Amino acid sequence: MNEIAIEQGRVSDKFVFGFWIYLMTDLIMFSVLFASFAVLRGATFGGPAEHQLYDLANALTETLVLLTSSFTCGLAMLAAYRGKQGQATAWFAATFALGAAFLGLELREFFAFAAAGNTPQASASLSAFFTLVGTHGLHISAGLLWMLVAIAQIRLKGLSPFVVSKLKRLSVFWHFLDIVWIFIFTIVYLMGHML
Amino acid sequence: MTHLLFGNLTLADLPHKWFTVGATGSIIAGGIAIAALLTYLKRWKWLWSEWLTSTDPKKIGIMYIVMAALMFFRGGLDALMIWLQQALGSGALPGFLGAAHGYLDASHFQQIFTAHGDIMVFFGTMGFLFGLMNLVVPLQIGARDLAFPFLNSLGFWLFAAGAVLINMFFVIGGDFAASGWLSLPPLSGPEYSPGAGMDYWGWSLQISGLGSLLSGINFLVTILKMRAPGMTLMKMPLFTWTSLCSSVLVVSVFPVLTVAIALLWLDRFFGMRFFTSGFGGNPMMYVNLIWIWGHPEVYILVLPSFGVFSEVVATFSHKRLFGYVSQVFAALGVSSIACLVWVHHFFTMGAGADVNAVFGISTMLIAIPSAVQVFNWIATMHRGRIVFATPMYWFLGFVSLFMFGGMAGVLLATPAADYQLHNTLFLIAHFHTMVVGVGLFGIFAGITYWFPKVFGFTLSEKWGKRAFWLWLTGFFTAFTPLYILGSMGAARRVDSYAAATGFQPLYATALAGGLLIAAAFLTQIVQVVVSILERKQNLAGGDPWDARTLEWATPSPVPFYSFASTPEVRSRDAWWEMKKDGTANAPKKYEDIELCKNTGMAIYLSGCVFLLGFALVWHILWLGVLGLAGAIVCVIVRSFDEHTEYVVTAAEVEKLEKERLGRSPS
Amino acid sequence: MRPMADNGIMKVWYRILLGAVIITGGVILFKELVGHSTVSLFEPAGPTAGSQSRLIKTMAGLMLLVVIPTFIALFTTAWKYRAGSPEAKYDPEHTGGFGKEMILWAIPAALIAVLALMNWKSAQELDPYLPTRSLSGARPLTVEVVALPWKWLFIYPKQGFATVNYLQFPERTPIHFKLSADGPMSSFWIPQLGSQIYAMAAMMTQLNLEASAAGEYAGKATEINGEGYARMTFTAKAVTADDFTAWVARVKAGSNKLDMAAYNALAAPSEGVPPAFYASVERGLFDTILMKFMVPASTGMANSSPMQRDMEMPAGMDMRSMPGMRK
Repeated sequence: MNEIAIEQGRVSDKFVFGFWIYLMTDLIMFSVLFASFAVLRGATFGGPAEHQLYDLANALTETLVLLTSSFTCGLAMLAAYRGKQGQATAWFAATFALGAAFLGLELREFFAFAAAGNTPQASASLSAFFTLVGTHGLHISAGLLWMLVAIAQIRLKGLSPFVVSKLKRLSVFWHFLDIVWIFIFTIVYLMGHML
Repeated sequence: MTHLLFGNLTLADLPHKWFTVGATGSIIAGGIAIAALLTYLKRWKWLWSEWLTSTDPKKIGIMYIVMAALMFFRGGLDALMIWLQQALGSGALPGFLGAAHGYLDASHFQQIFTAHGDIMVFFGTMGFLFGLMNLVVPLQIGARDLAFPFLNSLGFWLFAAGAVLINMFFVIGGDFAASGWLSLPPLSGPEYSPGAGMDYWGWSLQISGLGSLLSGINFLVTILKMRAPGMTLMKMPLFTWTSLCSSVLVVSVFPVLTVAIALLWLDRFFGMRFFTSGFGGNPMMYVNLIWIWGHPEVYILVLPSFGVFSEVVATFSHKRLFGYVSQVFAALGVSSIACLVWVHHFFTMGAGADVNAVFGISTMLIAIPSAVQVFNWIATMHRGRIVFATPMYWFLGFVSLFMFGGMAGVLLATPAADYQLHNTLFLIAHFHTMVVGVGLFGIFAGITYWFPKVFGFTLSEKWGKRAFWLWLTGFFTAFTPLYILGSMGAARRVDSYAAATGFQPLYATALAGGLLIAAAFLTQIVQVVVSILERKQNLAGGDPWDARTLEWATPSPVPFYSFASTPEVRSRDAWWEMKKDGTANAPKKYEDIELCKNTGMAIYLSGCVFLLGFALVWHILWLGVLGLAGAIVCVIVRSFDEHTEYVVTAAEVEKLEKERLGRSPS
Repeated sequence: MRPMADNGIMKVWYRILLGAVIITGGVILFKELVGHSTVSLFEPAGPTAGSQSRLIKTMAGLMLLVVIPTFIALFTTAWKYRAGSPEAKYDPEHTGGFGKEMILWAIPAALIAVLALMNWKSAQELDPYLPTRSLSGARPLTVEVVALPWKWLFIYPKQGFATVNYLQFPERTPIHFKLSADGPMSSFWIPQLGSQIYAMAAMMTQLNLEASAAGEYAGKATEINGEGYARMTFTAKAVTADDFTAWVARVKAGSNKLDMAAYNALAAPSEGVPPAFYASVERGLFDTILMKFMVPASTGMANSSPMQRDMEMPAGMDMRSMPGMRK
């Protein structure tokens, strides 16, 4: 086996490893947002308490949608490893749709809050809420855009090692966002109802 | 209509004050001079294809160092202005140039020390460090490039974009942030600092911080995944170890800086309430976040210097480093403890005796690995055969300053003492002792030590030693008065003071020291110029110092493929062992080499990010959308590019090697 | 590698002598530069500052026990093992070993262990929130401090008057400061008496100081808070108990009132403000200033009577009762 193939084995190894390191820095960033939320969640400045604000049913729906999208993403990757272009594209499209639905639900919640006067400017607690949940939403948006690019790459280049390596990273990113959402659902919405 | 087009920009933001006109003038003049030179020498294409678009860490390293030196010059000018203002700021003296005291009005003075701190930390020191790491780390581990060459280029260009943005206010805006290098709220919030200057601060740091984060990831993966066969972690040179520790710190704490600045920006741009005085905001949270980043940051700045000195002392003592394992654990210990000490920056914020004492003790613990390192260096010199080249002078100066600055640090680490020392000039003297005496002296030693490797000739020893003595005496003259002033109750960041305090003679002495340091800097420029003129007399082979680590196994200057064949490592001090057992000049087995192509994409991407930053500073919506869209397009286009690498075949390598050996047997 | 020039013995002694002359000269020079000015760190005028001064000297002395030998070792080793030195043994493989390296770790560890004990103990004893000893046995005097841009407002709640940029109190009596701000973060410091502490809007911090003798002491701000930061200085004067009573009576006999209107005018940015005296001050002004950041104007709490607010001050404003803070 010639040197370049060995190199390439090392190469793909380092891409995935490097992406994991980036993901860990993203996790640290989210941790800081969680910490800020924990410090500021009670600072409602006379506004409504958290349990009065959050619609748990909506949050649960968002959770189920996002969890399902992780599932479809997993199916897309299985298809990609088997070289099945059509299936991979379809499952990524499904993931995209579910992710977009999640985003829609979230935006609807944000606008409902704002319409009732619970804007991010109203108090530190709401600033922290909108920023934590909103940053997750921004990451989802970036993931959705990445998914469109990935689908285009599958159509244009097929499921070559070059493309599959990128799909691996996209799916890791998507699952990571799902995990972060579980934390948001628990710490923000569920605990907000108990406190 | 004008608001849609120009955001908050007005004609009043064009240069009209003496220093903005002066700075803009010199930037334009400098730019024209460089453009004229390039045109006359017909070197535009060369500059673009050989340097700016390069992904070669050896070139990127040099670009970092050049940029950092320029930023150091700017930061140094700021320092001279600070020294001058404080020497003239006594109430007994008249004011000049319209200022009530000294020659700068309070707001301008505050902008200058804010800029001084940010530029020295983010662009001066970080730039030098990433430069040295790019030049040295791949060679020390036997790799030809970093793990992600494009990302390396991107990290540099984001750094450059941040550097341009932090200087942008001279040309457009006229004011910088005036709230200290970390700009604590509520002072830095929308209510008390409504201008664009604060936003220049935020976005230049945010953009260069992103570049640093990407570089940190890059070095981390490189060191962990791309070492030559046989080089286990415990066989790595110490400079690589400390670069690894720095990279781990970068990767761990720069996200915290990103969040802290982002939340402040949300307050300023969207009127959110994170750090406001009312509405439930909590400025103390910013203080915590920024120092959770800030303290590890200063260790990021000095750790590589520890590594440099481990290399320098061992090499110039012609001896194995004493206590290699201890040195590694000391570096690891310093890095870990660094993340657990941040409250010591605000003992006086009122956290309580228990919290303060815990953090005080954790801070003191860092003195242990620090002292161990000093002992190990002395033990390395013991029974060595020491040659006192310039890097060893820097070492002796460094240890002296390190010990005194460290003592001051232990005092500051004691809350009860810190209550009397916090925010005084004693604190300023302490941290300058550390960043200059440890950080900067290490950088100077490293540059002197590795210069021949990069350029093929050594720097002038005579001028190097002159520069050293000027730096050392200048530093003592400039900062001993500050230790004394702090003991006299002088607060930091003060632009004027009553004559009765008796501060003025000490400030004047500090200014004299500052002038010595300025002379030192000029001497270093002379050193470079003289060295270039005398280079034929000072040609260096691959191993001018009779050194120990793998980078000296390559010729000087290093060919673009670094190693003709991947070295195999069997022990620490790999090159020294190779020289001892005779494998140093063994015939090489040539192999195909894959390297990353040059690309301008990093420049385009960073340019778009720069536009985005500028647009956010001035609230210009269309420009921001354009910048963001451009950046996204660049990323997408790059991700479609499958042909980012090129191959140098074994035969070509062999040919190049034979040519090189024909030119100069090394 | 080019050979280094060999330094003869004479040149070395010449250099050591030169160094000694320079250092001695430097010490003399710096003493001259300090002149007769107060080195507040080592000229304490109160028990807190006294303890701090002694602490710093002790710690510095202990550290020098390790640092000075290290310096000597550094320079003697560098000299003894310089290339070209005839008598030095050259042993290029002389490295560590677990035992030797452990000794090197033990030395600083032992020193830091001692210093850490001092750290803990002094942090507890010199906690700014702890009342001082009361050298004369008198009861503490409470002063409420508000950092305004760019001057200090001192409210004497029990006596019912206020001053700006001028603090006077009886000697050998504990002064209990309650601090806040109406503007950016500031820091309050009287170097010769002891600790500094931050003054922040919407928060209350506390400080306890005492002067051992009558005297005039400089006070200042140490946290940058805007343009006028450097001129935010004040005078702190300790006088005998009788002089203090007389002074209070004089101030209260004046005609200035610090009501809300006057306060709002005072809170506007101004610098270089000369000392001002108010014979009476709005009741509960300090709490009002704290409260104004804590509740929205619309809830009505902001307009409730001062007496109500004295009793209802939410615990959240006191730094020490924040979640996670132990007293």
